Amino acid sequence: MGVVDWILGVLVRGMALGTPLLWGALGEIYAERAGVVNLGVEGMMILGAFFAFAAAQLTGHPGLGLLAAALIGGMAALLHAFVSVTLRANQFVSGLALSMLGLGLAGLLGRGWEGFPLSNPLPERSILPPLGALLAVAIWALLYHTRWGIILRTVGESPAAADAMGIDVALVRYLAVVFGGMLAGVAGGFLSVAYRPSWTEGMTGGIGWIVVALAIFASWDPLRAIGAALLFGTLFHLSFRLQAWIPPEPLQMMPFAFTILVLAIAARWGARAWRAPEALGLPYLRGER
Amino acid sequence: MHPASTPSASPLVPPGAPVRLAVREIRKTFPGVIANDRVTLDVRRGEVHALLGENGAGKTTLMNILYGIYQPDAGEIVIDGREVRVRSPRDAIAHGVGMVPQHFLLVRRHTVAENVALGLSGTRFLLPVRGVEMQINAFADRYGLRVDPHAAIWQLSISEQQRVEILKALLRGAEILILDEPTSVLTPQEAMQLFGVLRRMKEEGKSVIFITHKLDEVLAAADRVTVMRKGRVIDTVPVGMASKPQLARMMVGHDVDFQLPARHPGTGAPALVVEDLWVQGDRGLPVVRGVSFVLHRQEILGIAGVAGNGQRELVEALTGLRRVERGRVTVLDRDVSRWSPRTMSKMGVAHIPEERIRMGIVPPMSVTENAILRRYEEPPFSRGPLMDYVSATRFAQQLIVEYSIQTPSPRTPARLLSGGNIQKLILARELSHRPDLIIAAHPTYGLDVSTTDRIHRLLLQRRDDGAAVLLVSEDLDEIRALADRIGVMYGGELVAVVPAGTDRETVGLLMAGQRV
Ligand SMILES: Nc1ncnc2c1ncn2[C@@H]1O[C@H](COP(=O)(O)OP(=O)(O)O)[C@@H](O)[C@H]1O
Ligand SMILES: [Mg+2]
Repeated sequence: MGVVDWILGVLVRGMALGTPLLWGALGEIYAERAGVVNLGVEGMMILGAFFAFAAAQLTGHPGLGLLAAALIGGMAALLHAFVSVTLRANQFVSGLALSMLGLGLAGLLGRGWEGFPLSNPLPERSILPPLGALLAVAIWALLYHTRWGIILRTVGESPAAADAMGIDVALVRYLAVVFGGMLAGVAGGFLSVAYRPSWTEGMTGGIGWIVVALAIFASWDPLRAIGAALLFGTLFHLSFRLQAWIPPEPLQMMPFAFTILVLAIAARWGARAWRAPEALGLPYLRGER
Repeated sequence: MHPASTPSASPLVPPGAPVRLAVREIRKTFPGVIANDRVTLDVRRGEVHALLGENGAGKTTLMNILYGIYQPDAGEIVIDGREVRVRSPRDAIAHGVGMVPQHFLLVRRHTVAENVALGLSGTRFLLPVRGVEMQINAFADRYGLRVDPHAAIWQLSISEQQRVEILKALLRGAEILILDEPTSVLTPQEAMQLFGVLRRMKEEGKSVIFITHKLDEVLAAADRVTVMRKGRVIDTVPVGMASKPQLARMMVGHDVDFQLPARHPGTGAPALVVEDLWVQGDRGLPVVRGVSFVLHRQEILGIAGVAGNGQRELVEALTGLRRVERGRVTVLDRDVSRWSPRTMSKMGVAHIPEERIRMGIVPPMSVTENAILRRYEEPPFSRGPLMDYVSATRFAQQLIVEYSIQTPSPRTPARLLSGGNIQKLILARELSHRPDLIIAAHPTYGLDVSTTDRIHRLLLQRRDDGAAVLLVSEDLDEIRALADRIGVMYGGELVAVVPAGTDRETVGLLMAGQRV
């Protein structure tokens, strides 16, 4: 096998795995731009993966599978929105709980399907990768060139300023979190109906955590998320490909080790470019001081 | 021109002008305080109505109720003759109320146009900023509120940011505009400009509620004034019939005659020498740029300037809290440029920090523990690893009496004290060991008149005892009252050091960055 072919092969597979990373990261960026961190991506993704698989298997339409994934992702995110926006609980704890809940629930529901291949998968190079890129551009335009974008970003930077201008901060945050969750659900669905058309417990394998890091790595910019997702998708895939030469354990650590490295670099040198939305992670209560 | 020398610059509103806004018997309590106690007042059409009161009088609370940020416990709001309920800022806006809060609510990273376009009904969905820019420019011309719509907020000066807040309210059709202590962030000249803007709004028939605790400004800008004290309205009077001493008495509750002791002549040896000091701000840009000065014993050097011109970073560098990038700081003949706050404090440098709750005390710890914070690891407060709370408490009790700190007991957590008493506790701790150098940042900010006077006397007394005092303040009157020399900071530079008697006008121009 020629080197060029090998590299091309890696890139193509990297793009395949980059696709769920991109969808997930866009969802996380969207929610975080409104000021809500959602560490429940892993949970929303695995729920999306399972429901997509089940719906595709039962109806015979992989597209319906993805729709089911979006719905379940949105519902899981709604729970997070309720806990962190309405109850104003700690967003990080709520997100972590959601991840565990999702993993547990999907595992439980998927017992009978464990190891099942999907009978009618979506081709991996389907419409989803280009649609992801298109979505990134659309979200970018939405954020920076529409009235809604100003509202969303203001809620993430200064909810008090938004409130003083008569904007319903809680509503905006709910919408952003739920939409973000829907994208995370689709990201998970892509794994089980296209990338590896089957159901296995824990098949997200930590991708959800990388998604969270990607939002930071892309400095909350949807366009940068495209490149970032491609890079990490390739890395992830490399960790499978290099298994012929290197033992799998260190390889499987690679994307995560790289994530830590990237975040460390971002924190140390990128302080100005990597400015998070100012109210990120902070619950809002009118008149509190 | 000193505002006091101008008579009421605007003609009185005819007494018959219709009442636009009335509040009746408003009551609002917070845990432990009655912030508004049966407050009643009315604001007429085409009127600038001043709301005068000391800090903590309840002015901001009342305005937050009008703007829907707080809900009153009792009472009613009447706008244009109809009783209304203001459940949220959205309701307030719908009733034509606009507010410029004391701490601006602007998104620092967004542009002026984005800040204004936010929630402005009638802006289009796509590319909303385009149309808004034209509107901003039109309003800016009409009211004399020039500002670049493309600029990001963080690039603007405080007074420009204030213009954006006013524009935001005006563009949303505010007919009743509330300005909460708008002049506290302005130079005297900028304040006069603002009064001009208020006059124009008035001419258009708008109503303005102008909050302040400065008497001169009431006389210069308002038609009528309502005085509040401790949550209650004392009275509403036409400005033409009010005198300064009378207003002061209403505001404070007793006659005000705080004549500070006469200036002490002569100064001692240099205590603090700063040479070509450069310091970076939080954004990594130089915000103190080549500052040099000498401060002597028995001298108070006042540092005047509008907030954000490098004063905070200067103080942090001088107290060891921020790194000195370049230059040299010498305290009592020792180079301390690289010293930690701890060693600085050990050397006898007292620091009265700007943020008294965040940096001056440990809020959940007791008054006693806060009182010994500087010397807890020395005898008599500790022996080896063990604390001696008996002598610590004795020491705290002594300070409580000496500095008249009002606290239920020395064991009370410091956070439960009022702002003035927290500040007295900090001063007690910092001054009790007779420091040679005192660095005080905004020592009386937000305090009532009598506490302010007490703190002024303490600083003057320490100066007369031989300490050198660096007094950073935005309150020009405070600096003029205490300082032996006045330095002015602008854009990170110490643009001038002038003698104490220099008139307000000149210092004001320097604060605005003009060389005189
Ligand atoms: N959100 C709040 N929570 C608790 N106490 C408050 C709150 N807002 C104001 N207060 C208290 O109410 C009193 C009046 O405050 P405020 O209205 O800010 O006074 P002013 O604006 O006249 O300086 C003060 O004692 C203040 O501590
Ligand atoms: Mg106030």
